[in-house]
Amino acid sequence: MTAELRTEGISKAFGGVHALDDCSLTVAEGSITGLIGPNGSGKTTLFNIMTGYERPDSGAVYLAGQNITGASAQKVFGLGMGRTFQLTRIFPRLTLLENMLVAAKPSRERGGLLARAGGTVDRRRARELLEFTGIDQYANALAGTLSYGQRKLLELATVLAADPAIVLLDEPAGGVNPSLIQTIAARIRDLNARGTTFLIVEHNMEFVMGLCHQVTVLDYGTVVAAGPPEIISTDPRVLDAYLGAALDDEPSPDGADA
Amino acid sequence: MTSSAVRSPAHRAAGAPGHRTLLTSAGLVVLLAVFAIFPLVYSNPLATTYGFDALIFIAAASAWNIFSGYSGYLSLGHAVFFGSGMYTVAIGAQDWHLTGDAVFALLPLAAVVAAAVAVPVGLVALRVRRHTFVVITIAIFFIFQLMAFNFSFTGGTSGIDAPILNWAPGTYNDPFYYLAMVIAAVTLALSWLIRRSRFGLHLRAIRDDEDRARSLGVHPMRVKLGALVVSALITGLVGGLWYYFIGAVHPQSAFDPLFDLQLALMGFFGGLGTVFGPALGALILEPVQQWLTVQFTNDYLSEILLGAVFLLVILFLPRGVIPTLGERITAWRSRARDRSVSETTADGGAAPEAAPPDLTAPGTSAGAPASRTAGRREGTPS
Repeated sequence: MTAELRTEGISKAFGGVHALDDCSLTVAEGSITGLIGPNGSGKTTLFNIMTGYERPDSGAVYLAGQNITGASAQKVFGLGMGRTFQLTRIFPRLTLLENMLVAAKPSRERGGLLARAGGTVDRRRARELLEFTGIDQYANALAGTLSYGQRKLLELATVLAADPAIVLLDEPAGGVNPSLIQTIAARIRDLNARGTTFLIVEHNMEFVMGLCHQVTVLDYGTVVAAGPPEIISTDPRVLDAYLGAALDDEPSPDGADA
Repeated sequence: MTSSAVRSPAHRAAGAPGHRTLLTSAGLVVLLAVFAIFPLVYSNPLATTYGFDALIFIAAASAWNIFSGYSGYLSLGHAVFFGSGMYTVAIGAQDWHLTGDAVFALLPLAAVVAAAVAVPVGLVALRVRRHTFVVITIAIFFIFQLMAFNFSFTGGTSGIDAPILNWAPGTYNDPFYYLAMVIAAVTLALSWLIRRSRFGLHLRAIRDDEDRARSLGVHPMRVKLGALVVSALITGLVGGLWYYFIGAVHPQSAFDPLFDLQLALMGFFGGLGTVFGPALGALILEPVQQWLTVQFTNDYLSEILLGAVFLLVILFLPRGVIPTLGERITAWRSRARDRSVSETTADGGAAPEAAPPDLTAPGTSAGAPASRTAGRREGTPS
């Protein structure tokens, strides 16, 4: 199974608002790709369309060459694409371990329909992932008792439980303290080194530019630039789209180069 | 605020699960023995009637909990399945001219019919979430009551009387009682099995966040409908038994709004989504209600008092007896433990205790870095 994710000409309107307009992008297999753009540029909508939460008005989504447009969220997950949410979502009244086991694919060792959730293999793997994200000491605590940053880690860990080929992260560093941001970045790099592909929406430029191999810039629902971070960070179109207001405001009193 | 800061003792698992399991099973064995002996000690038919009622509601409330408690979708229409079970036995006995013990053979059919009814009901009602779902179940409930009033095969308002059982009055209740006891015990066992299974985990994940569950590969409709069918199956079975005990069925007794409320009240009282909470609720509330009805022959007064009980529960035990007590015990224990920990060493106490006993079992202890990387590789595309 390869993990190339591609969209072709995705358009989506909510009422009169065009969230996405002929949006085409490619996430190369084995890459960490960043998706940036101002608020309201359509990043989350694109995530929702890719992962089966919304249907596009037109256009198509391909995962590993297979057209998955309009497939249900649960089917998309089964095909090897996991995601996290902008507003971190966990199961607060399940323990961390149980949170992990929701996503675990049923392993073959287990018995009938009413066998205990998670065989020993699933449980061992769940523990390893909790260890990997550094929250295993709370394995039997209810997830609702975790701090915000720990919830981010748990959300990431649960998505990894079923070994997805590609993971879509919606603002993994949002509202997280700097040292934890470093941890999250390190974990993403580790996983990527082992073959997991990532598509990451993030506003923290330092995080994106330091982590991603490729960056795609979205503005008004369209891709305005794509390329390696060092080029993107100096691309005038990007600066205009992303930091436009701030840059425009400075020179305008002078009226020099407007 | 660092994320890895050691958090409060609430994080620890409550007590040692090994001991708790042992204690629970011992308690259940004793309870089962008490129920088994009860008719021998209190052979008075009034007492066994109380017992039978309680057992019927233990089974029904636990069945309701398998769906509503675990999934968080509150059904106020379970009387649909209860009534379907009643009418199945009533119509079957009437049309096939069954009498005496032979009528009991219709009980499995009552379960199957109720489960079959649950499929279209679920396919319609489960399209909507939460509050809307509650309203839809009430609407479906009234549709069934209306149908029972108006169809000819239900006997309309006059209902259907059950065939007479010519059992000795003194021990008449006993077979009903023991049958209800077996159903209640099996329902509780099933509820326990479901809760810890993958199926149950998916139900509880749906309760917490259905959209998130979808993103992790859970099929909500499949899981919710499955739970509703299992729940309806038991409720229908219990309804069938109830019909033969009562000896008649009418639209307003088969599809009784009070039944819906009772199940929800028992669930809330004992603890929604816990295995034994609804059974505890039934065990306490059903006799209380029966007693109130007998004490205050004015029907409304007993219902008003029941309403008062409901309000008290919502005020003082909003999450139910079992979760509230569980929390109190956990808090009390961790306070006691903190005292003993602070007496010995200030640090290091939290880490070993946080390790849950069932995971230090053989096989999981080898979570060393080497096996971590080895384990992670399997199934990863390359």
